[in-house]
Amino acid sequence: MQDIRKALYVGSRSDGRLIQRPMSPHLQIYRYRLSMVLSISNRITGVVATGGAALGVLWLSAAAKGPKSFETARKVTGNPLGQLVLIGWLASVVYHTVGGIRHLIWDSGHRYDKTEINKDGPVAVGVTAGVSTVLAAGLLCVAGGRARARAKARKAG
Amino acid sequence: MNASPSHIEVMRSQLGRARGLGAGGSGVGHWWAERVSAATLLPLSTWFIVQMFRLGGADHAEVVKWGGKPVNATMLAALIITTFYHAQMGLQVIVDDYVHGKAHLPARILVKIGTSLIGLLGVFAIIKLVAAGNSQKS
Repeated sequence: MQDIRKALYVGSRSDGRLIQRPMSPHLQIYRYRLSMVLSISNRITGVVATGGAALGVLWLSAAAKGPKSFETARKVTGNPLGQLVLIGWLASVVYHTVGGIRHLIWDSGHRYDKTEINKDGPVAVGVTAGVSTVLAAGLLCVAGGRARARAKARKAG
Repeated sequence: MNASPSHIEVMRSQLGRARGLGAGGSGVGHWWAERVSAATLLPLSTWFIVQMFRLGGADHAEVVKWGGKPVNATMLAALIITTFYHAQMGLQVIVDDYVHGKAHLPARILVKIGTSLIGLLGVFAIIKLVAAGNSQKS
């Protein structure tokens, strides 16, 4: 026995014979695959999306509380750092949605072969990047445009 | 001793087989609820993103007017409840996977309390927006 840890891996078969239980290989042993990054990303983006949703609820409760609280919330949503957080939330929601749709497809028994999973992975990354960029750019344009129009109206009035 | 092919089945009680519940004491309910809430969130989040295009850069009066409309309030409440229901189940799986020993039960309860409270805050914010919209009209 070269590895002392193997002492903890002694088990017995149903007929009573002692055997060494198999040790599952650790994360660093495996060769890098895109699918393992995408898999854990689905979890991480799920947590980030929950955090973002919590921020969204805070925004809503600020609006419900009154104009003063809403102005404070607008200071966050209107500032570049806050908008970076919002974009991070958006991208997380988009990826978690794409990953979730893939899971629903797998659950229905499709695209679950190794070759198919490896083919779909880069597509999922591309769709996430594309949809997130379009939505983020669109939302920033709309919000910025409206804020500018209001500032102009205030100056004129 | 002859190894019969039904050996594994004998190890499990027939009552256990009939109930279809595993070692966790619950069946596939959690799995199904996670999938159904995920599918429900697809149209709800699409609606929300469309609304954000309408609301981006809006001021307080516009947001209050938007949130006070019955259809918007209904969709928003459905979105918030489904989101935090789904989040609760997802976070529970993460806690089950990574938090072991004595910390497991408190972490699980914390996830339940946290997601429920934030969800409730969202629902009451909507109720207040609807009430504010009504009082403005009269």
